[in-house]
Parts: sequence; C-alpha cells; structure tokens
Amino acid sequence: MNDYLPRTTLLRLLVVLTLVLLPHALQLPLWESLLIAALIVWRGLSATRQWRAPPKALRVTLTLATFVGVYLSYTRVSGQAAGTALLCVMAALKLLELRARRDVMVMVFLMYFLLVTHFLVSQELWTAGYLLFSTVCITALLIECQHLGALPPRQTLRTSVTIVAQALPLMLVIFVLFPRIPGPLWGIPANAGASAGRSGLSDQMAPGDITELIRSEDIAFRVEFDGAVPEPGARYWRGPVLDRFDGRTWRRSMPPQQTAAPAIEFSGTAIDYTLTLEPHRRSWLFALEMPARIGFPTGAVLGRDGELLASKPLNERLQYSLRSYPEYRFETTLGERELQRGLQLPAGYNPRTIAHAMAWRAQGLNPAQRVDAALRWFNQENFAYTLRPSVLGRDSIDDFLFNTRRGFCEHYASAFTVLMRAAGVPARVVAGYQGGVRNDIGAYYVVRQSDAHAWSEVWLEGRGWVRVDPTAAISPSRIESGLEAALDASEGLPGHLSARTRLRFYLETRWDWVNMQWNGWVLGYGPELQQAFLARFGITDLRGMLLALTVIGTALLSLVGLLLLRQFAPARVNDPILRAWHRLGDKLRKQGFTQRTDEGPRDFIARVGAARPEWAAAIDRVLLLYLQQRYLQAPDPGVVQALSDAIRQLELRR
Amino acid sequence: MNTPRTAGSRQPEAGSRFLHPLRWAQARIDAWVLARVKRQPGPVVIGRGRVYILPTRFGYGFGLMLVVMLLGAMNYSNSMIFLLTFLLAGIGLVCMHHTHANLANLQLRIGDAAPAFVGEIAHFEVLVDNPAARPRWSLGLSWPKAEPQATYADLPARESRRLRLSLPASTRGWLPARVFSLHSDYPLGLFHAWTWAELDMACLVFPQPAAAGISPPGSNGHGGYASSARSGQDEFAGLRNYQRGDALRSVHWKSLPKLQAPMVKQFAETLEQELWLDWDALAPLDAETRLSQLTRWVLDAEAEQRSYGLKMPGLQLPPSRGAAHQFHCLKILALHPQTSGAA
Repeated sequence: MNDYLPRTTLLRLLVVLTLVLLPHALQLPLWESLLIAALIVWRGLSATRQWRAPPKALRVTLTLATFVGVYLSYTRVSGQAAGTALLCVMAALKLLELRARRDVMVMVFLMYFLLVTHFLVSQELWTAGYLLFSTVCITALLIECQHLGALPPRQTLRTSVTIVAQALPLMLVIFVLFPRIPGPLWGIPANAGASAGRSGLSDQMAPGDITELIRSEDIAFRVEFDGAVPEPGARYWRGPVLDRFDGRTWRRSMPPQQTAAPAIEFSGTAIDYTLTLEPHRRSWLFALEMPARIGFPTGAVLGRDGELLASKPLNERLQYSLRSYPEYRFETTLGERELQRGLQLPAGYNPRTIAHAMAWRAQGLNPAQRVDAALRWFNQENFAYTLRPSVLGRDSIDDFLFNTRRGFCEHYASAFTVLMRAAGVPARVVAGYQGGVRNDIGAYYVVRQSDAHAWSEVWLEGRGWVRVDPTAAISPSRIESGLEAALDASEGLPGHLSARTRLRFYLETRWDWVNMQWNGWVLGYGPELQQAFLARFGITDLRGMLLALTVIGTALLSLVGLLLLRQFAPARVNDPILRAWHRLGDKLRKQGFTQRTDEGPRDFIARVGAARPEWAAAIDRVLLLYLQQRYLQAPDPGVVQALSDAIRQLELRR
Repeated sequence: MNTPRTAGSRQPEAGSRFLHPLRWAQARIDAWVLARVKRQPGPVVIGRGRVYILPTRFGYGFGLMLVVMLLGAMNYSNSMIFLLTFLLAGIGLVCMHHTHANLANLQLRIGDAAPAFVGEIAHFEVLVDNPAARPRWSLGLSWPKAEPQATYADLPARESRRLRLSLPASTRGWLPARVFSLHSDYPLGLFHAWTWAELDMACLVFPQPAAAGISPPGSNGHGGYASSARSGQDEFAGLRNYQRGDALRSVHWKSLPKLQAPMVKQFAETLEQELWLDWDALAPLDAETRLSQLTRWVLDAEAEQRSYGLKMPGLQLPPSRGAAHQFHCLKILALHPQTSGAA
C-alpha cells in the first residue's frame, strides 16, 4: 500500500500530540518542555517549508542527550516520573523520523499510553473529561491513517465519536465487573495516589511546616456525621502524636510495632461518623478525639498515644466508620518510662524558656495552674498569630517566646509543650486537623489541608492526658494575617468567608459534592467496594463476576454488531416499480438468468424468453407493464399493484 | 509482507509448520477456504457470513498495549487507568464490528477487461456496488495475500465504483481472473476484514508483437517499413486519435501539449494499398513466432491505414481496416490453437 503521509494528517497529528502533552508540560522539567515544543514546531515548519530530515547522527545524538538529561533531572531513567518524562520526549523525538502512515500508527499508540501516564499524576473529574476528548481526537487520527489521503476532520471525528460512544457502555460494564485484585503487583509506586507527593501532615513538625501546609486547598478527608454534629470548636481530628523534641523539630518517638492499647474511659454522648480519607501515604488515620474501638478498618489499631494506625501506608482512598466520645479520660496512670518520655527535653537548648517555666514551679503552682499560667502569658503578652512568622535562630523557642512572638499554631503548640515539660508537666504535641466546612448539598463536612492544626496534650494527675490548644489563647491577635482565605473557619475568622463570594462558595460546594461522588464511586472502586456493590446483585464470587462480564459484554457487543449490520444493510428501494422489477430479477436469478451489466430490460427478457419459450408470454407482459409504468406514463397505483401481483404470481419451473 | 506474491504462491513451505505453527495453520485454513470459492458470473453479494476478520499486526500490538495498561492499573490501583484501558478495549471490540460491517452487503459485478498483449499487464475491472445508505471507506481490491498491491476506493452511499486488478499477461489467449480479495482495515486498522470471490471474467491476451523488421510478403513492395519511408511523401490527410500499437514515429508530437491526447498523422496515399497477411508465408518459423509476426503486421498495417486481410489455416478474413477489424484479426491470432501449426 502507498504509505505516503499527507501533510494535513501530519499537521493534525502535531495538534493532537500537543493536546496530549500539554497537561504533562507542568510536570516536566523546563528544558524538556521547551525541547518538546521546539521539536513539534520544527516538524510543523519542516513539513510546510519542505526542509530536509535531520541526519541520523543528529537524531541519535539528540536521543542520547535527552536520556542523559532525564537522568540528570531525576537521577534515574526508570520509575514513574522519570519514565513519563522519557516517554514524552521520546514521542516528540519520534517526530524527527516520522514519514509514513505506519509511523503515525506507532505515534497513536504512544499517545494512548501518554494518556495513561497522566492519570498517575491527576485523577480529578476534569482530567477524565479532557482525556476522553483526547481519546476521541487520537482515534480520529487513527481513522485518518487508514485512508489514502487526508479525510475531512468532520468525518473522522464523527466516526471517532461514534466508536467511542459505542465503546462507553462496554467500558462501564467491564469496569464494574472486571475482578479487582488488591494492588500493588510489583512494589509500591513512587508516588501513587491522587494527592500523593503533595502536601499532607508528616510525622515531624518544625516551625513553618504547618504554615506551608495551610496554603493548600487540597482536601484531606470528608466526614459524614450520623446524627449529632459536634460544634466546630470541638472538632479536633487527631493525627500523629509527636513527643520527641530535638530543640527545633518534633518527631514521633514510637515505632508503630511497639504500641500497646491505651486505657481510655469514655463518657457522655457518642458521635458516629463516616470518614473518607484521601491517600496520604502515611500509616496513620484521622479520627475525632477520642475514638472508641468500634468499626476500625481492617488491620488498624489504636496506638498507645491515641493514634489510629493502619497496617500499611495509605495508598488508596479509604472509607471507615467510627464512634468517638468528646468526653474521655485517657491514661489516668502513667508509668515511669511514659513519664520520662513526656518530660524529655534536649540539653543545652532554649535556656530562657526553661528558666521561665522553672519560675512557675518555684512559685509553687500545681500542674493545672502552670498550664493556666502559660496560656495567660500567651494571651496577655503581645503574641501575634500570623502566617508570616519571623525566622527563628538556634534556640528556636527562646527566640519565639522572647523576641519575635510571631507564629502560627505549630509555634504555639511547640512552645507551650516545651514550657510545660520544663515546668515538670508531661506534655506532647498532637498534629491533626481542626474544624471542617459543611457541604450543604451532600450534608457532609470537608476538611482541607488548610485546616491542618497542631495542639498540645498535657498529663495531669487523675485526669490523664488533657488537650490544651494554646492557639485558642491568642485568638484576638489573629487578624493580622492577610491570608484569611487559607485560615481555619472554626476559629471564627470572618475573612475566611469574605474572601469567597457567596456564589463561588455555592459552586464550590456543588463541585465538591460531584467530586465526592466521583471519588466514592469511580476512583474508590476497588476490591472492597466492588464486592459490596456486586453483592447487591447476587454476584459474590469470581466465577459470578466473570460469567456476568462475559454475558453482558457479549450481549452489548452483539447489540453494536446488529446496529451496524442494520445500518449497513441494503437500503430499501423507494420506487415500488423498481422494487417489483428487482423481485423479478431475483426470481429469474434462481433459475439461472442474471441481467448483465450491458443488458437493458428488453434484451434481458428477450434472452430469457428465447431460452425458455414457455415463460415468454408471462414475462413479456410483466416487461410491458414495467416499461410502461417506469418510463412511459405517470405511475398509476392500480397498474403498479397489478405489476407487483403479476410478478408475485409468476411461476417459473424448470 | 511487502514482497509481491502472485495469487498462486500461497502454499505454506514445508519447514514453516514447526517454525510458525500459527502462520502455517492460517495458511492451511486459507487454502481450504480459497479452494472452495465458487466461480460465479456475478453479481456476488457479500453476505456477512462471507466476511472474514482477523487482527492486524497493529491490532495485536494494541492488545499488548492494553495488557500492559491493565497491569499498570492493577499495580497502582488506579481506577482511571482501569477506565481508560477498558475504554480502549471497548474501542477495539467495537472497531471489529465496524470493520466487518464496512464490507458486509457489498455487491461485486464484472467490469471491463481491456485486451492486452503478452508482456503487458492485464487489468480486470470489478464493479463494487454499495446498496446501503452508509458510505464505505478504504476498500481495497487485490489478489489474495497481495494486499500491498491493492487498489483502493471509497464508496458513497448507494453508489458504485470500479476497482482494478492487475495480472501480468504471459501467454496469449483467454486469461481468466482468479479468486480475488476485497478487504478493508477501516476504521482503526486494528482488524483486517476480507472476503474472497471469483467472478467469471477473463481478459483476452493478444500475442506479443514481433520486433519490427520483416515486411509482409505480397505487399507490392509497399508493406512493412518500406512503406513508412514513402509515406512521408504522401499527402498529409489529417490527424486521428492514437491507438495502441501505432508506431511512435507517426505520433504528431507538436499537438500533444495542446490537446493532452496523442494524435497520429494520417497520409492519404497509404490508404490505397491492400495487404494479405498470410500464416503460410511464414512457413519456416514455429507457430508462436509466426503469430507474433502476424500481430506485428496487423498493428503496422492498421497504423498505416492500409486494408489488410488475414489468412490462417482454415480461415480467411477479407481485407478491411478499422478498430473492429483489427480486434477481430488479433483475436483470431490470440485464440489460435496452441498445438497445431508447429513447423
């Protein structure tokens, strides 16, 4: 076959390639994006201006150079990000030797694959739409490749849309019924998951960490309350507990394995809720303080420090239902080791802070009074709550408490905990989220990264671990911040709502609700959800799934086949006279007479009549009627009927 | 794939049975089906049961790509990759039906087959009718297993197109067309659908004209190329359309760019001569050489607008001229029995 590639097809290929690569451009290193853009532009110009193809040596050099470039940018050439980068640039380099239509087929496959890699980075709803559109375009290009010479884009796009539309129900059926197995198959992906590699609470906290996190509008989790909803100020979502301080950074001290169940007494009213946690690639889960041991997801345990821990890092969106009690007594007795852990401070750091706390002890205040003294100090001195804290020196707490006095929740939680420890009160930092905004459409609450928070827990004799939020003590001075939109709504900041207009808020709520459905039903459709969903239809095992998949898939495909056969079936002849004549032709063909291309009706009937004189009279009459009605007169319905009857009654026997 | 193969060379080689068991099996099945294609006068309606379909190389590649995507989707537990993979799988399956439907219900009829000379390429025309209200795209017609040499056409709704088959004419006489294949990869090139049919058509192959040189005997010294030298002094009678076999030197080159079609100079004087082209006059030569020589003379005589008659064993055509007469003469030469007349 003539394999020549028309110029219009090539230019269309470049447009589609740009469309496919565009979302990747944000992820790639700048040099690579520029190189790809240059290659695409060069190929377009070389086609229209008929430049010569580059010599092979140049192509090979360029290919090797990009390999080195990718290696230098990512320090590897395999793995997810580097692999995607390599695939993108290879697709662009393929343009240099793109000549035949066969090459376009290879490009088309490459582009389908590039679409897949895009899902590793983003799985939002709009991406799905964009990629569906891209699929239609790529398929249209593929259609054009099957034709000598370019086809009008309207025609290829229409065919492509038809095919994709017919494939969509099949996709849905396979998606629902194809047996899912719990991944991964070959090791944990480098940064899988929707919000992976982006912001999220980590297992350590240095000054400024949460301030960074707060700028992100990404969703951490969604909560649906079953019954009573706690007040915003009481919605503390407990995450990792940080109890080791090195003078600057707080860390978790206990590896998850060493945990033992804590002693908690619950009282008051229970709160039931369902939490849908975005994958954050850490092993802790979030729960409203304080979760009772009911409905934990498989493998999850409540650690000694009151952390809800999953058995492995969370790579998929997870949904779990819990029961929490806002009133609780947590570890009323503390062993010597635990006590020491709650009092640990690095030697030689923050001398002024320690001296300040020691003074409270010297004054003879009891532990509860020491807590109050610290909170009062925060409240009465000119401490500022700001998203733009000053840079802190080596003795970061000293620097903060006595010099800058400008900080965010992590500064206060950290400083307060150090003060308490220095004052002889066991204390630790708890990281998590606070608050959450209600989505009126779905009647659920959205907790974003911007709701990230850190607070303290102090251990008091007889009361156990008690939550103390030093940030609440300095709330009057929060106004200073210019980034109201990023601040926590539950803290009563009017700026949070005023930054968004009412309409925007409304649209955002809608959109989030749609996203939640999308997340819940499409992205979260894993082995568990599949089992639960299919059980509703009585499909409980693998055999049932495969059987249903085969049956429904085949039925759908046959439907498409039937539809197409109908569309491609001979169109009905509208003229009743011609239809009657065709019927005569069919009858005669059965007897071995076929009207030749070079024969008119007269010649044909004469030939048949000569060969079979016994039919001559009957077929002559039919011929006469046919010629008269078709060519000589305006058709008369009665005569047409007569012709039709005559042909039907014609008995041709050998 | 790209090496041209004739329709006959489709028997699998002996060793390939173990080297390429799949290819071997397919070749066996193909041979079995091909042997059962009926030769028909036409029209042949391609029922859907007569359309065969298999994935192409790209189709297999596409399948492989889907498997890789599926593994990726499983590994990353990524629903979106699952969705895209299944969408592409759906596209592939739907495409199979589209490719199949692209051929179904077409009708094949015998078209023209212009006579050729031995050594030329004979062309068979096949008329393809689309009775449906949907257009068909990228239909290819070729001998079986020779798809790279196919001719392609699109077929709008309720219309017909002529597609051409080519076959080298190696022996004179009737050259029958064998089984041919109508095929299509449209729309996505993932599947190759084809049908085999054999229409009762044949092309008349005239003997190969001998090289110029010998002038026909009994032509009063005016036959053959002796006359061409003289024709220059004849009165110029006008131009006529070029016919196959006309001598190149009689073409009126000057008018070619203007008229876009070659014209041939005619001279009045040459019309007067009467010529007998006689089988027996070439007695010492063997039958095929004689036929070649006679063909050459017929062409030359026609080109010079002379009246010529043909004397064959047991057959005599009175002198005449014109396209019909020439055809008649050449047909007699073409269909001259193979065995008789050997010297």
